[in-house]
Amino acid sequence: MSVITIERKVLEKNDEIARQNRQLFATHGIFAINIVSSPGAGKTSILERTLEHLRGSIRLAVIEGDVQTDLDARRVARFGVPAVQIVTRGGCHLEANLVRDALASIDLTGVRLLIIENVGNLVCPSNYDLGESMKVVVASTTEGDDKPLKYPTMFRNSSVLIINKIDLLPYVNCSMSTLRSNALQINPSLKVFETSCTTGAGIEEFGRWLVEQASSKR
Amino acid sequence: MHELSIAHNILEIVQQYVPPNDTRSIKTVRMKVGELSGVVSESLEFCFDAITVGTYLQGAHLDIEPIPLKSECRKCTNTFRVEEYNFRCPSCGSDDLSIIAGRELQVTEIELNDGGDAP
Repeated sequence: MSVITIERKVLEKNDEIARQNRQLFATHGIFAINIVSSPGAGKTSILERTLEHLRGSIRLAVIEGDVQTDLDARRVARFGVPAVQIVTRGGCHLEANLVRDALASIDLTGVRLLIIENVGNLVCPSNYDLGESMKVVVASTTEGDDKPLKYPTMFRNSSVLIINKIDLLPYVNCSMSTLRSNALQINPSLKVFETSCTTGAGIEEFGRWLVEQASSKR
Repeated sequence: MHELSIAHNILEIVQQYVPPNDTRSIKTVRMKVGELSGVVSESLEFCFDAITVGTYLQGAHLDIEPIPLKSECRKCTNTFRVEEYNFRCPSCGSDDLSIIAGRELQVTEIELNDGGDAP
């Protein structure tokens, strides 16, 4: 029996398209984030509150990933932001080619910030580079404080952690300090924000940070 | 279930080396899957078997070598196995680490049923 030695990265095709996306962002001076979380952690709500806060202060665009509907893009479009919906039709994550195709329908002239909202899933999106500047992972207090330990790849691959639904802390079984220390054990360099989309807490700080990051990209 | 999409990617790579019209059949596809790759080996094997049914790859075995998570400390250069995802140097306590193994997701070898010499 003969053996062919190949040493090929399984996701090399995706990685190559991600590299092209990243190049496109660099050319336009765009800061691009890829927001990931489990379903229902509040990605779209954070996005809505942030867009509300950033209105008029920075030119941005949004790519929404969803398994089945365009509901999220409609929610986002209310803020006068160009929003493209990718419907994955059952696919549990976004891939770089889907983002590339979505980018083709956005006028990137003058855009400084691109927010990509991934499909709600803490496993699959961690493998697929989309070309983003960084991943932002959202964990909500209602999910408990052990999510980082259960999904270490995602927390290790992210640069920012948003702990959402902090207004519900008195009612849920979640210790803020345990959640933080679990996350920082996996990834000590995580930048952490604490938010509530009901009270608006932490949104201004997150928005300000986004604008800072975007202006340093220029 | 991104293992399905990963299995399709593996198939595409294999086809570049051994096309469907090749007279040789494939015995084993070998790959490395890192502990921090986010891929569940059992799911990947299941998906690989499922998508190769009825193709020239039917019956080919997917042989996965699991790669443990290893880090190097940027402070004291100690290299160690990361246990329980505790990213801290057991020698000096620093958390400034680089991952040196455990992210792998690659196809390494294709073994053929062709009567050729085994290595």
